[in-house]
Amino acid sequence: MTDQAQLLPGTLDLLILRAVSLGPLHGYGVLLRIGQISGNALLIEQGALYPGLFRLVRQGLLKASWGTSENNRRAKFYELTAAGRKRLREETASWNRLATAIGSALAAQPEEA
Amino acid sequence: MKLLDSLRLRIATFFQRSQVNAELEAELSSHIQLRADDLERSGVDRAEAERRARIEFGGRERYKEECHEALGGNFLESLIQDLRYAVRVLRKSPGFTIAAVLTLALAIGANAIVFSVMNAFILRPLNVPQAQSLYAIWRPDVSDAHESYPDYLDLRDRNRSFDGLIAWNMVEAGLDTGQDPSNVWVYETSGNYFDALRLQPYLGSFFHASDEHGPNSDPYVVLTHAYWHNHFRDDPGVVGRVVKLNKHPFTILGVAPPEFHGTILFFSPDFFVPIVNHGQLTLDDLNARGSRWVFMVMGHLKPGVTPAQATADLNSVGSYLETAYPKDDGKMRFSLARPSLYGDYLGRPVRAFMTGLMLLAGLILLAACANLGSLFAARAADRSREVALRLALGSTRKRILRQLFTEAVLISLVGGAIGLCGSVVLLSGLSAWQPFARWPIHLAVNPDANVYAVAVLLTLASGFLFGAVPVRQVLRTNPYEVVKSGSIGRAGRRITVRELLLVVQIAICAVLVTSSMVAVRGLAGSLHNDFGFELQNIMMVDTDLSMAGYSGEKVPPMQRRMVDALQAIPGVESVGLADNVPLGEGSNDSTVFSDNTSDLRPSNAAADATLFKISPEYLHAAGTALLSGRTFTWHDDKDAPRVAVVNREFTRKVFGSPTKAIGRYFKMLDGTRIEVVGIVEDGKYGSLTEDPQPAMFRPILQSLSSSTWLVVRSNRDPQQLAAAIKGALQKLDPGLPFFIQTRYKTLDLTLFGPRMATIALGVLGVMGALLSITGISGMAAYSVSKRLRELGIRIALGAQRSEVLRAALGRPFKLLAFGSIAGLILGVLASRVLAFVVYQATPRDPLVLAAVVLAMALLGLLATWIPAQRALRIDPLRLLREE
Repeated sequence: MTDQAQLLPGTLDLLILRAVSLGPLHGYGVLLRIGQISGNALLIEQGALYPGLFRLVRQGLLKASWGTSENNRRAKFYELTAAGRKRLREETASWNRLATAIGSALAAQPEEA
Repeated sequence: MKLLDSLRLRIATFFQRSQVNAELEAELSSHIQLRADDLERSGVDRAEAERRARIEFGGRERYKEECHEALGGNFLESLIQDLRYAVRVLRKSPGFTIAAVLTLALAIGANAIVFSVMNAFILRPLNVPQAQSLYAIWRPDVSDAHESYPDYLDLRDRNRSFDGLIAWNMVEAGLDTGQDPSNVWVYETSGNYFDALRLQPYLGSFFHASDEHGPNSDPYVVLTHAYWHNHFRDDPGVVGRVVKLNKHPFTILGVAPPEFHGTILFFSPDFFVPIVNHGQLTLDDLNARGSRWVFMVMGHLKPGVTPAQATADLNSVGSYLETAYPKDDGKMRFSLARPSLYGDYLGRPVRAFMTGLMLLAGLILLAACANLGSLFAARAADRSREVALRLALGSTRKRILRQLFTEAVLISLVGGAIGLCGSVVLLSGLSAWQPFARWPIHLAVNPDANVYAVAVLLTLASGFLFGAVPVRQVLRTNPYEVVKSGSIGRAGRRITVRELLLVVQIAICAVLVTSSMVAVRGLAGSLHNDFGFELQNIMMVDTDLSMAGYSGEKVPPMQRRMVDALQAIPGVESVGLADNVPLGEGSNDSTVFSDNTSDLRPSNAAADATLFKISPEYLHAAGTALLSGRTFTWHDDKDAPRVAVVNREFTRKVFGSPTKAIGRYFKMLDGTRIEVVGIVEDGKYGSLTEDPQPAMFRPILQSLSSSTWLVVRSNRDPQQLAAAIKGALQKLDPGLPFFIQTRYKTLDLTLFGPRMATIALGVLGVMGALLSITGISGMAAYSVSKRLRELGIRIALGAQRSEVLRAALGRPFKLLAFGSIAGLILGVLASRVLAFVVYQATPRDPLVLAAVVLAMALLGLLATWIPAQRALRIDPLRLLREE
């Protein structure tokens, strides 16, 4: 547990979009998928997922529909809309730019006099 | 559109809340079930799996709340929640709520009233179409707009900048409609008046430029809507009726639109009469070029003409007039002015006064906000445990701040609504008010949409302003610390900005209280002073005989008959007659010269004396004491030697001393030698605050005047006496309008300024007092609640009640004393200024000083009552248990 990193603010939405981009998922499924694709390195409180999902639905990036889960429970499934797909592309690109910049800044060697 | 959509969505989600809720509930349950399934699969039993799944999920209610927020549907609901909660909290402390609402109601009401007056006087133009391009022709050299009629005609016909130039003048005339004669106020206007102002008649028709064919050629009147409504009861049949003005027949043509009240603010006429008929209403000559009796010349600028171009154009007409009529038109330089307040003549003082008032009202509102802010801060400190608890339970700071703001804005809205309602009532009263029965002065200050908008804006702004004071306090609240240790009391010794502000407020309050008391005392005293005439048991009748067609040699016999008729009324002791009376409606000044002056130039004058033309009985009837010599008889007529009675100041100015003045002569401007036959006491003639002025009284038979005041001395009941006077005068001439009032009433005009100053100071004093009360009580409440624990310990250690009070309220009282003393000193100094306005206003009056001290002490008592009660009720046991 102690190895898990706190989420940076604003990154939860990106992770949700990425998780759902691989196929429709219910809420709990999104959580599992994030754990799976991040190698369980991120700490997400389970309930905190839902305000994020609702926010993305309201922005028209996700759409939701009720269905049945693999073990026959009723659940709400989320999938990406066209706008969601576009947003994921943009956010991914901008995240990569940021990560590269921060990474190279941190890697820079001090110039010794 | 976007805003509307989002609003609709929010409202829709608000009403679909239960459905959304059920769905959300189902989704979260499904999540927990799915998680529990997984846990079960890893070997935990079902009950334990579900318990662990719920714990892992976290604060379910909080996430539900956040989901609602994410959906955007929470706004209205939490608003209603906040409102309900705010109402409940405020109802629990009615003292605080009433004080806060009252303070705001007063502050917002004051602002609404002042802004409404400013709006009516300065921001709103005259009520005519396209008022923005309407300008009056101003003469900067003499600072007025008067022109002679022939000059007006030249200006009208020779300028190229105005779209029709109009002239108008106001006069008082006697109206005879067949029954009760009355005096009316008339605008004499040029024929093009209504057409150039682009007005349409409400009823009938207007007169036009084409109706003018020389002097007295156009005997028509147009009624104002108000006069038609009040005196003809909206009778459409008046058109075509013939009425008599000053005994001359005029035909009613029509009625002006209801929103039109003439072409200057304040002075609303009853009638409009063509200016070419001027000769029938006055004795002036319409065509004398040197006689500048036309009150104002004005018009719309043509489209595209700038004021500067128009001024240049007018000045070129002016130089033509200077060369063509050098004798009458010495210097003709013009500028343009806004007509509504008679250019800068009324405009500058009104603007300055209103700006000052607006500033003051703004300051009052700011001070009110500051005080309410500290009251709110005190409450927030009291509620720090509640706030901390809510924070600990997972409420966001944003939510708590919203709650506090809801409370503040709720208070400000209620206060603002009450203030606005009060101001609307007051303003409509002010609009209907006629300060002088004798004059058609109206202040149309009814609020319009602008006023309401400003009031609402101020209300909201002040709610947010004082609501914002405790924000920092809440943001810094550390729930852990507060719950653990209770609020931390720190008794600061440093003087804070808030305290300084409070001292300033108290000082200003004390200044206002001091000066309003000085003003009240001065005003009350001013009616019991010696003015050189008496006020008690005297009735005044004023009229002008020209209104009933008397002129020249027909005037004196009629005046004699009037005196005799009133003298015959039972219970009348004496009747005097004069062309004008002291402290009446303005006075006639004459330059006088000593007898040995031969070069009668104004610079050689011995004095500028107020002149009254009086009948023999006048001095006795008015109660003006004759110090030596004799008064007049009816034999001092035009065939007798010219004589005068003068006052002591006159003898001092002209002869050097009152002794041996009797029998000596002085000269008038026209060279007439006049013998002094009597000396009377000095008096007040123009205003109550003036220095002694020279005055002279001359026999009315030696210098005729149709202006007539009758001074009736009698100790009969004023109402009965007025009825008897009315009957007697109507028997003499049923067509003569006149105005009867007591001598006290005639002083209304003179006392208007002092009375208004006193009322204004009183109102401001009350506001200042209220502000100080909320300020002090806010601060006292804060200091008590901050030091609650310390006080509790003191009580537990055996402190006396007085010691507790001293500890709790010593500082507020010190501030009060400091502010009061500073204010009292400043107030005494300010009263010297007040003495210019209010007669005999002096702060060196033990009664005033005692009253101020008493008022301030009372104010302090009132303000600290509730906090003091609270400090005394502290129960150390409970307090120590709780904290």
